[in-house]
Amino acid sequence: MSSGHRHVPSVNTLRGRVEAATGVSIAKCYQCGKCAAGCPVGDEMDMPPSRIFRLVQWEIPEMEERALRSEAIWLCLSCETCATRCPQELEIPKALDAIRAESLKRGMVNPKAKKILAFHRSFLASIEREGRLFEVGMVSDYKRRTGDLMKDVTVAPKLFLRGKLGLMPHRIKDRAGVKAIFKRVLGKG
Amino acid sequence: MRIGYYPGCSLQGSSKEFDESTRAVLKALDVELVEVPDWNCCGASSAHALNHDLSLALPARILAQAEAAGLTEVLAPCAACSSRLMTARQELSNHPEKRAEVEQAIGMPYAGTVKVVNVLEVLNRLQESIASQIKAPFARKAASYYGCLLVRPPRVVDFDRPEDPQSMDRLVTKVGGTAMEWPFKTECCGASFSLTRTDIVAKLSGRILEGAVKRGAEVIVVACPMCHSNLDLRRPEINAQLGKNIQIPVLFITQVIGMAMGLEPKALGLQRHLVNVVFEPAAV
Amino acid sequence: MSRIGVFTCHCGENIGATVDCAKVAQLSQSIPGVVHSVDYKYMCSDPGQRMIQEAIKEHQLDGVVVAACSPRMHEPTFRKTVSEAGLNPYLCEMANLREHCSWVHEKGEATTEKAADLVRIQVEKVKRDKPLQAIHVPVNKKAVVIGGGVAGIQAAIDIANAGHQVVLVEKTPSIGGHMSQLSETFPTLDCSQCILTPRMVEAAQHPNIQLMTFSEVEKVDGFIGNFKVTIRKKARKINEKSCNGCGLCIQKCPNKKITDEFNEGLGKRTAIYVPFPQAVPNTPVIDTKNCTYYKTGKCKICEKTCPTGAIAFDQEDEFVTLDAGAIVLATGFKLMKTESFPEYGYGKHKDIIDGMQFERLASASGPTSGAIQRPSDGKEPETVVFIACSGSRDKSKGVPYCSKICCMYTAKHAMLYKHKVHGGKAYVFYMDIRAAGKNYDEFTRRAIEEDEVGYIRGRVSRIYEEDGKLIVKGADTLLGGLPVEIKADMVVLATAVQANDDSEALAQTLHVSYDTYGFFAEAHPKLRPVETNTAGIFLAGACQSPRDIPETVAQASGAAAKVIGLFSKDQMTREPIVAVVNRQAGPTFSNCVGCFICQSACPYQAIESEDIKNRAGVVMKTVARINPGLCQGCGTCVATCRTKAIDLQGFSNEQLYAEVMAL
Repeated sequence: MSSGHRHVPSVNTLRGRVEAATGVSIAKCYQCGKCAAGCPVGDEMDMPPSRIFRLVQWEIPEMEERALRSEAIWLCLSCETCATRCPQELEIPKALDAIRAESLKRGMVNPKAKKILAFHRSFLASIEREGRLFEVGMVSDYKRRTGDLMKDVTVAPKLFLRGKLGLMPHRIKDRAGVKAIFKRVLGKG
Repeated sequence: MRIGYYPGCSLQGSSKEFDESTRAVLKALDVELVEVPDWNCCGASSAHALNHDLSLALPARILAQAEAAGLTEVLAPCAACSSRLMTARQELSNHPEKRAEVEQAIGMPYAGTVKVVNVLEVLNRLQESIASQIKAPFARKAASYYGCLLVRPPRVVDFDRPEDPQSMDRLVTKVGGTAMEWPFKTECCGASFSLTRTDIVAKLSGRILEGAVKRGAEVIVVACPMCHSNLDLRRPEINAQLGKNIQIPVLFITQVIGMAMGLEPKALGLQRHLVNVVFEPAAV
Repeated sequence: MSRIGVFTCHCGENIGATVDCAKVAQLSQSIPGVVHSVDYKYMCSDPGQRMIQEAIKEHQLDGVVVAACSPRMHEPTFRKTVSEAGLNPYLCEMANLREHCSWVHEKGEATTEKAADLVRIQVEKVKRDKPLQAIHVPVNKKAVVIGGGVAGIQAAIDIANAGHQVVLVEKTPSIGGHMSQLSETFPTLDCSQCILTPRMVEAAQHPNIQLMTFSEVEKVDGFIGNFKVTIRKKARKINEKSCNGCGLCIQKCPNKKITDEFNEGLGKRTAIYVPFPQAVPNTPVIDTKNCTYYKTGKCKICEKTCPTGAIAFDQEDEFVTLDAGAIVLATGFKLMKTESFPEYGYGKHKDIIDGMQFERLASASGPTSGAIQRPSDGKEPETVVFIACSGSRDKSKGVPYCSKICCMYTAKHAMLYKHKVHGGKAYVFYMDIRAAGKNYDEFTRRAIEEDEVGYIRGRVSRIYEEDGKLIVKGADTLLGGLPVEIKADMVVLATAVQANDDSEALAQTLHVSYDTYGFFAEAHPKLRPVETNTAGIFLAGACQSPRDIPETVAQASGAAAKVIGLFSKDQMTREPIVAVVNRQAGPTFSNCVGCFICQSACPYQAIESEDIKNRAGVVMKTVARINPGLCQGCGTCVATCRTKAIDLQGFSNEQLYAEVMAL
């Protein structure tokens, strides 16, 4: 007779934390590779989502670290193709979100993902400041963070001429309210 | 008809013409848009990329503002915005314990009573009204390009079918266009990597452009500002990567409908595209 | 005063490790009426049974409680034990200390106490047990086999060879089933029709087999040994006795463009047709949905052509009711359609076909006479991709189970393609190769090693059309999930094996259980695999779960053996657990007031009316009577009887109250 007990992964493992945060059952992945097959950035990734799930299934630090240090978790576009086609109905991008947050928290961000991380930070900083995204401000902040000063210098004037670049931010009135959200949410973790 | 309106950040900046054409078309169709008061950014791809709670709180504030304004339905034309709003709404309705947490974070009550709809759904409801106002049929062979977030993930958005969707094709046909059968309707364009990994955007968007042109499309029709800016704004990078000079224009579905309804090109923001809106027989 | 014996079994560790059996035995000793109580490691063993028999004699027991496992398995064992010691077998009851106690609770005092309670309940029941006699009913030695595929044919022939009458009912115009559609069979690559056709003919010519093709079972009443089966003989619009099968009508039928079911939509047929050349019987049917005469009232060319005047446009469906002692269900399966795959184009690409369509392409009797030509333009495909697990083991498609046959037939398909198209390229996408079976793994290895079929471990995410090719986007998980793309000319999906659309309705007609997926349920997954939970109805083939030909044939013979076993006796005994309407002396005669609410409540039509007459033959009262042959002991009538005139033997109201009060 089986004991009928379901294995509940410990919150000390990456698997346990991802499952607790997202409800995605890592054990369900049976390595069919359909996610890898349909991923638009599958060619670019150092490992496909299926392999990240496999590493997390191990529940040992050496394997978890490989997943946390992968570039792939930062390359996910959240296009949801994999989740739509996954035969096991796993919400893969949701799980990758949680793994990415963990990677950031533990300082394991892959060096190749620096620009992507910088972009997200500039983006959120802009919202925190203005309540809405200020594209010009965000891009200059991003350039400052990455040192990629020449990026898109030719496209900007064209956009400006077409009235697509506002030089002043569209601020919201309740900026303090949005700042407070950032403070409460980010302060918590 | 009266409906809540959440333009989102892109529609105030790089995709102004989507806002202009949406407002112009809906006005002509007698739809009153009530903008969500003092709305904030939904957090787009960055909030959920770094912090899950933030990806719930930012949309929740928007929906709470809409609730406070007495709205029951909000149109979010930007596919990324509508996706983030719907995702947060669903998670908060499935997990009541998170709702209390989020209410505390945003400092206002959130009941979850506001339904979020995308622009294709609203336009599909208005099909007959659109058909009755056609002045200059849009007689073009059009590749409807839906991108990712209008139809995926089906468990969240519950709109159209996830592969080979039809809702935009229906609208194109309704205004006199030829909706083209093609396989890249829901392939990803590279989304938020426009700035960080322009190489990936050029590759993915290049495949989409080539696929449309090869099958004889005269125009690509979209309903997402990210898709639009990748296919239009990033055209020089795409052409450089392909070693080609693809000049096919990319229009928002609202612009297509507006043109067929005889609205002024300026009112639809046609002058704002990087790739000129000139229809040429596609080079196969 | 009762003299009850209680026998507590440890069932090895199963009960003994959780329940303190010695204590249960000791506690039972003090229950009023119990004169003997012991515990033992294995009560069902020979020494255990002997212990019970000796105690019956030594202590003059008039009731026995065996506190052990579920009665499902061992109640018959212990009833036999006590009856050999001279006690009526229905004076033996079981307390279920295993499923109801030790397996579902932790070890502890409370668990032992519960075990003692379970014993006490059964002691109170056995005290009120009455000696019962088994019921004898005659067996009608005719079998009805439903489904004329290889399973039904095999079962019918085996039963008929044992000398019994068989009616073989098939809903399509010919017997043969899916096996008649196959080209070659794995792992021997022998021609499917070459081995099946002789069996079809044998069934048709067997003196003990009556074929009823183009017929469906409408209704089943009765019970094991005594079923009444109503069959609808659909109108063929042909007089079967006059038709000589010359086929002139088919040649002359002007309506030649009807999608051919037998060729899975890859060919065309006429409105009057036989499904395939080797069909049994070789009598055509008229497809009234497509026939010009039924649509417009004009044509009748077949009637003018027929040399024997066999065309019967006015023929109606007929209903036939048969008496039968046993039923074999062999209704087979269906394949998931390519339309169920959004990511592969919702079935819109003509050159994405399913496995059965490939069988028809590869078959000498198929629409291309066995040449591999793709459906869209008839060209010979230079590259073919086969996708295993299409829909199977895929929760998102509603089929989490393995379809079992696809690994093997996909290897076969790839091989057949390579044998027929020299220089062609074949790829197989798979998740695991499940080739357990005699010479099965060798067969798949042969596909890989000798026929050089490219096996790629991974699922395919997407297929679309570009420049006349099908772009197949997959991944090679053995290379760490490397995306791969194959430009194919044709794609064959090994789509999931599913239960027939009407399987649930048929199961309800026959009162047999079925699982979540519509497959008929066996009575026990290991020990009673060919029986259903309705006595006298047996299972053969893929209607129970996906299976291949060798297994299907083996199971069909198994089902036939069960039927033959049943038919080996003229009478069968049934448990006397039936409801009885009480009788007493006049002037009441019975508590029954003759309202007959029970009659409308009875699911088995077991309740009839009976006139109680005096000596002069005058009717004094009309009351209900329950036919013990039909009663299944469900107790519904007991619950509906307003005057408490009905009781269930062995489970009387008095007994049930006593059991509850014992707690």
